[in-house]
Amino acid sequence: MPFNEEFVLRNRPRMEKIIDQSFQNLVLLMASMVAIILLGILTVIFLGSTESIARYGFKFLVQSEWNPVNDQYGAFTAIYGTLLTSLASLTLAIPLGVGTAIFITENFIHHKLRNIIGVMVELLAAIPSVVLGLWAVYIMEPFLRPSFLLIHKYLGWIPLFGSEPLGPGVAPAIIVLSIMILPIITSISRDSLNQVPKKLREASYGIGSTRWITIFRVILPAAISSITGGILLALGRAMGETMAVTMIIGNSNTFNFSIFSPGYTISAMLANQFGEADGNQVSSLMYAALVLMILTLTVNIFAQWMVKKLSLKY
Amino acid sequence: MTNNKLSFNYSSKRNITEFIFTFLSAFASIIVLMPLIFIIIYVIIKGGSELNLSLLTQLPEPPGDDLNNAGGVGNAIIGTFIVTLLAALISIPIGVGGGIYLAEYSLKGPFSKFIRFGANVLSGVPSIIAGVFIYGIIVSTRIILGSNFSAIAGGLALSILMIPTIIKTTDEGLKLVSNDLRKASIGIGASKFITIIRITLPAAFNSISTGIVLAIARASGETAPLIFTALFSFYWPSGNDMLLQPLATLSVLIYNFAMEPYEAQNQLAWGASFLLVTLILFINLLARWLSNKTMEK
Amino acid sequence: MKKQTLNTGLISNEIISLENVSISYSNVEAVRNIFCKIPRSKVTSFIGPSGCGKSTVLRAINRMNDLIETSSIKGRVIFEGIDIYDKKIDPVEIRRRIGMVFQQPNPFPKSIYENIAFGARINGYTGNMNDLVEYSLRKAAVWEECKDKLNESGYSLSGGQQQRLCIARTIAIKPEVILMDEPCSALDPISTLKIEETIHELKKSFTIIIVTHNMQQALRVSDYTAFYNAEPTSKDGGGKVGYLVEFNETEKVFNQPTQKATEDYISGKFG
Ligand SMILES: Nc1ncnc2c1ncn2[C@@H]1O[C@H](COP(=O)(O)OP(=O)(O)OP(=O)(O)O)[C@@H](O)[C@H]1O
Ligand SMILES: [Mg+2]
Repeated sequence: MPFNEEFVLRNRPRMEKIIDQSFQNLVLLMASMVAIILLGILTVIFLGSTESIARYGFKFLVQSEWNPVNDQYGAFTAIYGTLLTSLASLTLAIPLGVGTAIFITENFIHHKLRNIIGVMVELLAAIPSVVLGLWAVYIMEPFLRPSFLLIHKYLGWIPLFGSEPLGPGVAPAIIVLSIMILPIITSISRDSLNQVPKKLREASYGIGSTRWITIFRVILPAAISSITGGILLALGRAMGETMAVTMIIGNSNTFNFSIFSPGYTISAMLANQFGEADGNQVSSLMYAALVLMILTLTVNIFAQWMVKKLSLKY
Repeated sequence: MTNNKLSFNYSSKRNITEFIFTFLSAFASIIVLMPLIFIIIYVIIKGGSELNLSLLTQLPEPPGDDLNNAGGVGNAIIGTFIVTLLAALISIPIGVGGGIYLAEYSLKGPFSKFIRFGANVLSGVPSIIAGVFIYGIIVSTRIILGSNFSAIAGGLALSILMIPTIIKTTDEGLKLVSNDLRKASIGIGASKFITIIRITLPAAFNSISTGIVLAIARASGETAPLIFTALFSFYWPSGNDMLLQPLATLSVLIYNFAMEPYEAQNQLAWGASFLLVTLILFINLLARWLSNKTMEK
Repeated sequence: MKKQTLNTGLISNEIISLENVSISYSNVEAVRNIFCKIPRSKVTSFIGPSGCGKSTVLRAINRMNDLIETSSIKGRVIFEGIDIYDKKIDPVEIRRRIGMVFQQPNPFPKSIYENIAFGARINGYTGNMNDLVEYSLRKAAVWEECKDKLNESGYSLSGGQQQRLCIARTIAIKPEVILMDEPCSALDPISTLKIEETIHELKKSFTIIIVTHNMQQALRVSDYTAFYNAEPTSKDGGGKVGYLVEFNETEKVFNQPTQKATEDYISGKFG
């Protein structure tokens, strides 16, 4: 009978209790880091920008002159560029992403093939944005330029296409951005479509609906709120996306309506100027960063609220 | 005759509409796949052709020094490993610890709701902002032993991007562990600490490590947080204060050299892209394998 | 309360005593005003219809209810003269003295050997681990099935074997009291018999409380029986709250129940 031996830890030694308690405090501290970092980011950016806020106030948001030489700063071009590129890329990516998601959740093709497409979409998300930028500058933009020229030739009377496409500019940036957000939209739409209960589909087929009536009238409406959440997440990502855009958008603070001319986004401006800036320029860049932060936070909180449960892959 | 009425009519308006939509969705899928295919092809063609021993072992040449030869990316390869490793060392304990707190100590309270929400919000913060933040508190203040641009600053910036992902996967991985296991352990007198370390954490190991590996894959390709934290360097990382010095990474090298007007440097950027994409796809496959192993269980 | 026979004089040497215990989940009372003394080195069974709170009371005895965030308890649970819900008390120590076997077998995802060694180790066992593993497995009547595959995963056993492994795991920490919540509900009749033999054997050194739906089993293994029932909280139906109807020597409960509800339940009129 082995119980003649003792259980020496029957009375828990103080050490054990201390470890137990310290561990709990430790992980509590680590969880709090999330809040600390978030607060830290907001504080650093806000404090960094107070000078510029005091100096330029709201004029900063509507003026497009950005001139370190005579200390004049207005971020309109970058803010406009951020909103234009992200919304335009979203417009391109939504039909493509949702269309693909439908294609790989319905049984049009063999399920193995569908899986392969799904995996490829996820791999696209894994390509670093700087590599995408490199590709966009040297391969995609030269490839697309003839089509841009054609658009300019025939539709040049519209201010949006008013300038001649000569290289980096807003239009190729929009296309690169849509490539970058396609995986998010596709994967989240796919997950949401997969979560629509089977019996809804059966009910619809059961009363003689065709496949696409079922998709448009039954399946998409059932999944719409989480798809919308995914789209908002993609919008947030597009607004903050930096490298590929910086490389392809042409980095110019001169405002121009034409999407074939160079432009700017807030994040591109930060990437480009922050390292070498000083004085008022730093403060103005911080102000721009604050604007970007507020934009993405708003969109993200809204997206969080819509996606709610759909777990995070991104 | 009734038979005829029920047979498939290809020219009916309904079936044509159906076909058009099917065609459109297939077309969308093809368009979505095109960029991936073309990026991979060009990275292989333009980058793979750069692949040779000197690419892996030599230092990069400053632009304009030698118009025919830009050297290699040896220091950037090491730098990418260093800075990703630093980021992992910082973010794994914080992320896993935070996830443990959420899943094991405070499943429902308002605090954990707030932290979960915060983690989601943090994961949506643009990566360039993480760079600005670290620049603001570490680089410009020279708070770490007087150094400004440094490997540590870069690692910290990357870790901000990794923490939310790791917290969330840990939280979710632990939530999947059956409560029966916790009860079993608590029921024989194990403390909470022992229960977590010896029972629940090992049970969630696969899903947590999948999340960590994905976070690492993402961080190793990030550029924006590094351009004004780790900066860049044309030298090998060396010396005792190696981590306090600026550090070259593959991604920043690609960015810097892609924008140079010199052909040789551009070529080097392609070579570095090939290495970086290979590395990241490899890490992703590892993650996929890990998560498949989880499914099998 | 008026329905309960307190039998205060019945138990003179109690190890645990429930004093006016009421337990709620999210402020809804699940059991109310339980008074009960658990005799030392005896087997006590809890019987009663489903949902009347047997598991709830059982879990209160080693503070497993702490794991359920919504649960709260009123009244006192006295173990060896100490109120285990006192603020100073460390629930982990309570559980080292009062071990628990659950309704669903829940082995750790470790080897069979480790399943048993784990608990012994965290309790600071200083003796020969191999001996302890063999002893516990024998006691739980599962040694024969396990002895050749001690290094295989606990999951490689059948459901009934897993349950006996879990019993062995609890035996191995040599608690003073073992709580068993329907330990045989997942077992075949032969394993059930083996477990019952084990219980007979164990009561020489342990106090055992067992929840069971099987009245024959209660009759076979237990010295004392507590019969719980649930009554509607209000006249118009709605929620139900559990209470202790009758507590006595098993033989008395089954042969001369003092309460009508007990008699009905035992004769199979409801439940
Ligand atoms: N975790 C919980 N959260 C909320 N309510 C609970 C919880 N566990 C039990 N209850 C409620 O408490 C009451 C008693 O449940 P308990 O599991 O103790 O009954 P039981 O007598 O063990 O039943 P059974 O014989 O079916 O196991 C039930 O009404 C049940 O719904
Ligand atoms: Mg029960």
